Amino acid sequence: MPFEGIGAAVRRKEDARFLSGNGNYTDDINRPGQLYAYLRRSDRPHATINSIDTAAAAKMPGVVAVFTGADMAADNVGGLPCGWQIHCKDGSPMKEPAHPVLAVGKVRHVGDPVAVAIAETKQQAKDAAEAIVIDYQDLPAVASLRDALAPGAVAVHDDAPDNLCYDWHIGDKAVVDAAFAGAAKVVKLELLNNRLIPNAMEPRAAVGDFDKSSGDYTLYTTSQNPHVIRLLMGAFVLHIPENKLRVVAPDVGGGFGSKIYHYAEEAIVTWAAGKVRRPVKWTAERTESFMSDAHGRDHDSVAEMALDANGKFLALRVSTLANMGGYLSTFAPCIPTYLYATLLAGVYTTPAIYCEVKAVFTNTVPVDAYRGAGRPEATFMLERLVDACAKDTGIDRVEIRRKNFIPSDAFPYQTPVALQYDSGNYQATLDACLKEADYAGFEARRAAAAAKGKLRGIGVSTYLEACGIAPSAVVGSLGARAGLYECANIKVHPTGSVTVYTGSHSHGQGHETTMAQLVVDQLGVPLDQVEVVHGDTGKIPFGMGTYGSRSLAVGGSAMVKAMDKIVAKGKKIAAHLMEASVDDIEFKDNKFSVAGTDKEKSLTEISLAAYVPHNYPIEELEPGLDETAFYDPKNFTFPGGCHVAEVEVDKETGTVEVVNFVAVDDVGRVINPMIVEGQVQGGVAQGIGQALLENAVYDDAGQLLSGSMMDYTMPRADDLPNITVGTEITLCTHNPLGSKGCGEVGAIGSPPAIINAIVDALKDYNVRHINMPATPQKLWSIMAAK
Amino acid sequence: MPQVTLTVNGKQHTVEVEGRTLLVELLREKLSLTGTHVGCDTSQCGACVVHVDGVAAKSCTMLALQADGTNVLTIEGLAEADGTLHPMQEMFREHHALQCGFCTPGMVMSAVDLVNSHPEGLTEKQIRAGLEGNLCRCTGYHNIVKAIAAAWPLMHGKAAAAE
Repeated sequence: MPFEGIGAAVRRKEDARFLSGNGNYTDDINRPGQLYAYLRRSDRPHATINSIDTAAAAKMPGVVAVFTGADMAADNVGGLPCGWQIHCKDGSPMKEPAHPVLAVGKVRHVGDPVAVAIAETKQQAKDAAEAIVIDYQDLPAVASLRDALAPGAVAVHDDAPDNLCYDWHIGDKAVVDAAFAGAAKVVKLELLNNRLIPNAMEPRAAVGDFDKSSGDYTLYTTSQNPHVIRLLMGAFVLHIPENKLRVVAPDVGGGFGSKIYHYAEEAIVTWAAGKVRRPVKWTAERTESFMSDAHGRDHDSVAEMALDANGKFLALRVSTLANMGGYLSTFAPCIPTYLYATLLAGVYTTPAIYCEVKAVFTNTVPVDAYRGAGRPEATFMLERLVDACAKDTGIDRVEIRRKNFIPSDAFPYQTPVALQYDSGNYQATLDACLKEADYAGFEARRAAAAAKGKLRGIGVSTYLEACGIAPSAVVGSLGARAGLYECANIKVHPTGSVTVYTGSHSHGQGHETTMAQLVVDQLGVPLDQVEVVHGDTGKIPFGMGTYGSRSLAVGGSAMVKAMDKIVAKGKKIAAHLMEASVDDIEFKDNKFSVAGTDKEKSLTEISLAAYVPHNYPIEELEPGLDETAFYDPKNFTFPGGCHVAEVEVDKETGTVEVVNFVAVDDVGRVINPMIVEGQVQGGVAQGIGQALLENAVYDDAGQLLSGSMMDYTMPRADDLPNITVGTEITLCTHNPLGSKGCGEVGAIGSPPAIINAIVDALKDYNVRHINMPATPQKLWSIMAAK
Repeated sequence: MPQVTLTVNGKQHTVEVEGRTLLVELLREKLSLTGTHVGCDTSQCGACVVHVDGVAAKSCTMLALQADGTNVLTIEGLAEADGTLHPMQEMFREHHALQCGFCTPGMVMSAVDLVNSHPEGLTEKQIRAGLEGNLCRCTGYHNIVKAIAAAWPLMHGKAAAAE
């Protein structure tokens, strides 16, 4: 048997269908008798809705129904729920304004859905939606964080008159302030973390289906977590019990966080399908994606580090404003708190940290997790601040990092901001990355570039993140309204092939291959006899889905547990068949054997006996070889590493070329190195996109200026370098695989490496900081101002 | 309604369409060839690229009526009849040049045209520039560029052998 288990760079099982045009994405699904929905969205950032006249639209050709928020309210449809509650400094709960599926009374951002037209064809639905007459009374709008907090600013929600969702903090302020008072040096930086639009290549889509015979609803949707959608939509929005609601997330064309959330359109098509008793399909046009998919990042922060005379970090003090947008998206409140401030120790021994975060409502699209979610914001701040510390103290930027690293023998390591790291070796990832990037030889390359009129710089980022989300009891105590375990059901079929039903969801990660490799490794079944099924609440017992780099660490661990049960039961069957004691049965390479003898039975023989139990311990054992396990992680996992970027800035134009990029990450045990490399490369590409190109821009009046792919700069092939990826592994100590996760590290570690490199390239221009994206205009202006 | 007659993947179809129907809508909705995707509405992403008379074209930016009389090749028609993958498909798989798979059909069709139209050879820089019309959000392009470079000798070697 070829090596297909843990560690093999197996080519992906799922590629055959994707390469031949046989993928099955939500928009590829058509149900008999299907109608099409088109949403009429607000073109106003903030307005009172005086009236909505649907009469003309309802009479247009092919139109079956037109619905507004009033229709949904009359049918007792609930608002979109928020899955995480944060408590303020004073103990009061965050402000949680209503989020109607279709706007009621007011619109709060451009793109806010107001009405839906349902017709026989997509074009008829679109024509009808455009014919709906909405009488608005415009209100002043606030788009930026500082505008929203200005005295006298208009309130986005009446129940949050100061536009504050919460005012939260973590850490011991008195201890931190005392450390600052006694510090030899204080280094301060003000930073923005630019707002991003996720732009998975597949636009969101949803098909609602209603079975007139059974009364069952089915929703096909572009989701990273179909069970979560079933729970949220069923329980809080449409009041459909789980047994009457199936949610299917088939092939999903990228998510990056943006497809975690329960969106209005999912509820609209499901509810409307029941109303008109025909299937209803909605597919976003890209313009709709820009103004309705949750955005990411958008922080405005001040960070200060207190240092002793030797450059050791004594304390970190951070104050952040975080944009929530016009409504609370499903997991929005936890991103700038527990996925952000808890990461501020990074890889350093900083003994005291205090962070306060004000979350702010604005007249913009809701903001939620986007690849990395809070951790890129923390990392960008910390790694920029560490470079500023190096500059202000005159200590080399690599040396100041080494000086402050958590030593490799200090694990488990308790940070002052709640997290306890289980393992890591930051010197090792730094050393490997510097070597691969030929850091030592950089000055010669800088000089060579200067000779041709280019400013060359090199930037280092040593980062850590927390993923493998997450211990349910811990997140519950922090305000999560869900558990964050994962479920796996493993069926060994009578003839020995295996189907895995996982609650994780693959939307590019390659689970059908890597999860099958776990089965190859543990049960010894060949890869082509293992099928991995995901994304269907009708097939999978339960699942919390894929985000926070959790599929392997949590979903894979659930599989290991389920396979342990398979092996344990198999041993009992084998003991019976071979007339031996269970304690003497060993299982290895697909074979059950009696220790010290040549007696053995294959897994296939055991499974056949389990399903054809003629000679079987039927008194003590049920037939079948089918086991389910739930795994609730004991801790987060903590991948970390080092990214080094090398850039050249054109003196004449300010354009940046990334001439080299090296990432060396500790992602724990690697199941498929080819896939890990691809995940890191993709994450780095998004990080470089954030650092150099991408920016969601609102004008002061709240109009989204970067509302199409012609205005929002997506990274293209000729914007990016080759990305060298290496790994230096320490094992996660608390899950059975030792894996940490690799989905987000690229997007977390890379942005500060790029900006640090640009600041280094412009070192003769006395640049303290450059906010992202580092556009040619920005850099040219800095150089022109000298 | 007007009619359009065209050959798709070697098979002739005559289809009634609205004047505003796009080629991609004809392919996806009338012919159920859902391998060709729509990723944007501004002709930026290239998920919809097919070959029209042998040349890569964005099927979201072409009216179905404009395709009257043409020969269209979609991702479904790229492999050989016995299922043997085209070298470009094979190299995408070999070099892990796809993750979510959504941009892949357009990316592969663009790449095939790019390699076909450069029999003299392709540098990495040319490949990256040649992908200007196709967006991928998953891979960072690194492996796509590798796959296309690897497909070039297979495609031109094969062509040379046939001559």
